[in-house]
Amino acid sequence: MNINIVGLIKAAVLNGTPLLYGTSGEILTQKSGNMNLGVEGLMYMGGAFGLLGVLTYDRMAGADASGVLAVIIGLLSAFAAGVFGALIFSFLTITLRANQNVTGLALTIFGTGLGQFVGEQMRLKIGGNISISNALKGAFADPVLPEALQKIPVLGEILFSYNIFVYIGIAIAVVMAYFMDHTRKGLHLRAVGESPSTADAAGIDVSRYKYFATVIGGGISALGGMVYTMTIAGTVWNHTALSGEGWVAVALVIFCLWRPLNALWGSVLFGGLMIMYLRVPLSFIPSQIYKILPYIVTALVLVVVSMRQRREDRPPESLGLPYFREER
Amino acid sequence: MNERMPLIRLAKREDFEGRKVWAVRFLAFVFALIVGMIVFGVSGVNPFTAYGVILKTSLGKISGIRQVIKNAVPLLGVGLALAPCFKMKYWNIGAEGQITMGAMAASYFALFWYQKLPSALLLIIMCLASLVAGALWSIIPALFKARWGTNETLFTLMMNYIAIGIVAWLQGGPWEGKPGSQIIPMFDSKAILPRLLGVHIGWVVVLLLTVFMYFYLTQTKHGYEIAVLGESERTARYAGMNVSKVTARTAAISGAICGMVGFMIASGVNQTLYANLAGGAGFTAITVCWLAQLNPFGMIFISLLLAVLSRGASGLQTALKVPASISDIITGIILLCMLGCEFFINYRIILRGRRPRREAVDEH
Repeated sequence: MNINIVGLIKAAVLNGTPLLYGTSGEILTQKSGNMNLGVEGLMYMGGAFGLLGVLTYDRMAGADASGVLAVIIGLLSAFAAGVFGALIFSFLTITLRANQNVTGLALTIFGTGLGQFVGEQMRLKIGGNISISNALKGAFADPVLPEALQKIPVLGEILFSYNIFVYIGIAIAVVMAYFMDHTRKGLHLRAVGESPSTADAAGIDVSRYKYFATVIGGGISALGGMVYTMTIAGTVWNHTALSGEGWVAVALVIFCLWRPLNALWGSVLFGGLMIMYLRVPLSFIPSQIYKILPYIVTALVLVVVSMRQRREDRPPESLGLPYFREER
Repeated sequence: MNERMPLIRLAKREDFEGRKVWAVRFLAFVFALIVGMIVFGVSGVNPFTAYGVILKTSLGKISGIRQVIKNAVPLLGVGLALAPCFKMKYWNIGAEGQITMGAMAASYFALFWYQKLPSALLLIIMCLASLVAGALWSIIPALFKARWGTNETLFTLMMNYIAIGIVAWLQGGPWEGKPGSQIIPMFDSKAILPRLLGVHIGWVVVLLLTVFMYFYLTQTKHGYEIAVLGESERTARYAGMNVSKVTARTAAISGAICGMVGFMIASGVNQTLYANLAGGAGFTAITVCWLAQLNPFGMIFISLLLAVLSRGASGLQTALKVPASISDIITGIILLCMLGCEFFINYRIILRGRRPRREAVDEH
């Protein structure tokens, strides 16, 4: 059997990057005690609106479109879409006290519908497949680091040969980990997620922390959808391409035990598991069974985590529970 | 004292009677339709034409109505299945997988036993098989929940993908019809549910199930245990209930009904099995169940409403060239508005300076 290990790692990282965004965003959300099951919808919205933003810019700027600006526009439009979706979720669950599970699912229905709709409309308006100019495509998918670094044997390939979103994603996760563990605001956020009434008694504005964490988290999750459409899907809107991506991201949050740094390797692992069936075909496992490996692994992780009962591995104590000051 | 009062305060209200509650919900629904109009307007379609097309395609012709009922059956069936789980505060979002496993078990008999059995017996065996398969698929996460407190929301979610993956494997492997087709052959006519008034008999079954579920939840000891456990696990333990048993039993019943819905879809609608046969019904039904406030009879109405929308959207696509995904947007908006409006039913908003009509004793 001839397996290209370096190639496999590279593919795993590239496929894991959308998950890294989705998961980091949801970790931030869940740390505030909000369980947003709308990640799937948020990622769809991010994918569609990110593409729409870049496409519009491409049409308007024509030949002298700048790659850097295109990337920024893609990031901003996807982030804005995620913020919009997460604001709906926050308003309903925090202010109007609706059930989080159901609201999240409704957001998924709404978001996937909106994403599909925008994607379809783009296709209808332009006719045929949507595609942006090759120069801009490169800005999204080409390696960004200097060539000298990429030329280092093996390491260069594994560490320095990726598009810009891989590094932005890593930066987000690292900053988030630092924020949660080493800043006062991060401590407050965790307090809100563990025990909102205690946090409230200590003078922390529970609603504000929940709002900010959920909305920013939603924006970050939505970036994952954009990254997927602009890199892996090759700037083409495809009906089914994103489907399931958001749910895996939610699963990965548990796999990572709510720690952003774990998301770094967790997303690579899951990205790898999702493409293993293509890269490392094993004759004794049918590819369809191979494809469900990430889900089986997640289910096993859930069981093991709950059996071990280690305090530091548990979900935020108030995860999924609403907080009403009046009902204490 | 007045200066210290916050601008907006909330108080629980219990003074809303039935008619007012429904008025608020109706207003929320109208509000959602108006937001929907904006969506149509933005996409360049006259909103009134659009709603007209939705109504005409779904309810204008007898074939449309049949299709609506066909779409509503799985939503209602699964909504009913989820009611006891949600009442128990057990978040079974694995209906999709339970539907798929039920359909798979039924299909096994439809594909490999049809020559040996008469039609009626075959259908009964298919139905039983789907009940068992759905229950088994659902009880796995429930047992882990009961024993170790494993998070059921995510576990049941993972079980969906595993179930769909297994059927995808059967579809391209052991059960494949023509080699390379990736399709499981159509069922023999013996394995197809009979029709009544042009729609497979499943609609009668789910209507009966609605009545059954209403009584199960409100009139039986099981229903009482579920309600107590949902309110407080400690109370349930203190009252001597076997929490693990109730959890597992309820999840199994729920899964069994989902499995049976899978059998209905496979045998009544598609007449074959394929991986995405559930088609999101398991997720949409969660909102059906919740919007109806777990009331089985309310679910009939909500599932019909969503079915009208999804059927109407296919008309939009052909008549106005609007992508059918707009029905998901409208459905989403309706769901979000209805979820939001419950707040105004449950709470009273008191603005500073205005004296509440009744002296609020219950605030402190």
